[in-house]
Amino acid sequence: MGMTITEKILAAHSGRDLVRPGEFVNARVDLMLGNDITAPLAIAEFQKMGAERVADRARVALVADHSTPNKDIKSAEQCRVMREFALAQQIEHFWDTGRAGIEHALLPEQGLVAPGECVIGADSHTCTYGALGAFATGVGSTDLAAAMATGECWLRVPESIKVVYRGELNRWVGGKDLILYTIGRIGVSGALYQTLEITGETIASLPMAGRFTMCNMAIEAGAKNGIIPPDAETERFMKSVTSRSYQPALSDPDAEYVRTVEIDCAKIEPQVSLPHLPENARPVREVRDVTIDQVVIGSCTNGRIEDLRIAAELLKDRKIHPRVRLIVIPGTPQVHLQAVREGLAEIFLSAGAALSTPTCGPCLGGHMGVLAAGERAVATTNRNFVGRMGHPKSEVYLAGPAVAAASAVLGRIAHPEELS
Amino acid sequence: MKLRGRVHRYGDHVNTDVIIPARYLNTTDAEELAAHCMEDIDPDFVSRVEPGDIIVGGEDFGCGSSREQAPLAIKTAGVSCVIAASFARIFFRNAINIGLPVLVCAEASAEAKAGDEMEVDLASGGIENLTQGRSYRAEPFPEFLQEIIAAGGLAARVRRKLAQGS
Repeated sequence: MGMTITEKILAAHSGRDLVRPGEFVNARVDLMLGNDITAPLAIAEFQKMGAERVADRARVALVADHSTPNKDIKSAEQCRVMREFALAQQIEHFWDTGRAGIEHALLPEQGLVAPGECVIGADSHTCTYGALGAFATGVGSTDLAAAMATGECWLRVPESIKVVYRGELNRWVGGKDLILYTIGRIGVSGALYQTLEITGETIASLPMAGRFTMCNMAIEAGAKNGIIPPDAETERFMKSVTSRSYQPALSDPDAEYVRTVEIDCAKIEPQVSLPHLPENARPVREVRDVTIDQVVIGSCTNGRIEDLRIAAELLKDRKIHPRVRLIVIPGTPQVHLQAVREGLAEIFLSAGAALSTPTCGPCLGGHMGVLAAGERAVATTNRNFVGRMGHPKSEVYLAGPAVAAASAVLGRIAHPEELS
Repeated sequence: MKLRGRVHRYGDHVNTDVIIPARYLNTTDAEELAAHCMEDIDPDFVSRVEPGDIIVGGEDFGCGSSREQAPLAIKTAGVSCVIAASFARIFFRNAINIGLPVLVCAEASAEAKAGDEMEVDLASGGIENLTQGRSYRAEPFPEFLQEIIAAGGLAARVRRKLAQGS
């Protein structure tokens, strides 16, 4: 019996020929990540462990992206803790305001994650990197501290669910719609403790940006990781960001899965997930007369240049609805610069949007777009839990950039086709 | 070790955003975090909770973000353990790592009511609902996790390992 891609990567990183689901391993971690919310706690634990130096300063990435640019005095103190640690430990991959992007958009762009690698991050959306054929999973601050001290992380080998996507995508349907639809099918705990192995002909022709979006939200189905077998598209992306070598893994034909989910993409319309769970996915046409106050386009889920291009296509020569605030947040400084060069920035500003520096800010109700009681937002982010973007009595509707842009123009949840 | 306290009962998918809202994540001070524990789902929790109390959730307890501040806030608020039908995986490992006992027991979770008096024997996994006169057994921890728990959490285990190595 063969192994899945996830099992192969975990075996290779724990010095084993073979691992099976349910086994515990201490895996060698190729890259470990923390941010300004999770790293300060990890640094405190690191010190409590009596550790003096990080095991490998080239394998640690620290990104000031959540409450930055510093939103208040306490956040500034948190960032300082991380900055001083990064300087003292000579951490190679440390990004501060101005150079920092949203971690999961930034690290792949910097070529820091490659197929076959093992990545942990003290951030639940670390699973994003599975799009590159890496094993990547979210952990806590103490896990990050232990990994910084020892270079390893304890992991339980997950069972895998194989999701097979077939058929051509409809107009305005992208990675976000596919993953919202999938979470709608299997539920927010449908892949609890398990791997979502994302495969099929539709994925083979899905560009990298959409793949990142899909793996990013694997956690919203409870998954330990999402992973896409590396292929020509992965190789094209890797060549564009790095010249270093790596060792990709692929699932064996006789690998074992706990179940297989088949998805016919031709049936999928642009999706929107209603409050207060990502599994409340509906075709946008079924969501009528929902007026909105704010739209956020950005985040680790949909803050890439491809996402901004889709939004700009719909916002060009149009104005945002007078009652609506649109906040556009490029995922990284490079995405921001590209948006300026391509003229997307001008389209957003002319339409009446606020164009922000990269930050996680509003996605988690931190800053840069917090909602008041009773307010309703359409967001290209990843969670619509109670109070996620602000007041516990506010509401978040999750969607892709096309639905978000169309909704910003019409002042209500709308299908992009309603604009033409 | 036996734990005893009153039940605070919640439903399925209790997420880390309601356990400790992100607006309070600009600190790592455990007492400060505990002061806002469960605020967006149960605003009176902090004034009601007493040392030793037990949180009982349904499926997928602790889903959402990786914030370790969530189990830390619960532990510091005085909660002795969390019982649920299932846990989200990052919350589960965070709880193990920081030494907040978490027990998986669907039956105990389904039958518990707010205010019930419960007793938990961590060594055996035995759960008694003293109010209802019912007893249950939680799923045992795999040996690998028992070692982390016995060491007093992951930080303690790594500390020992580093001390041995030097």
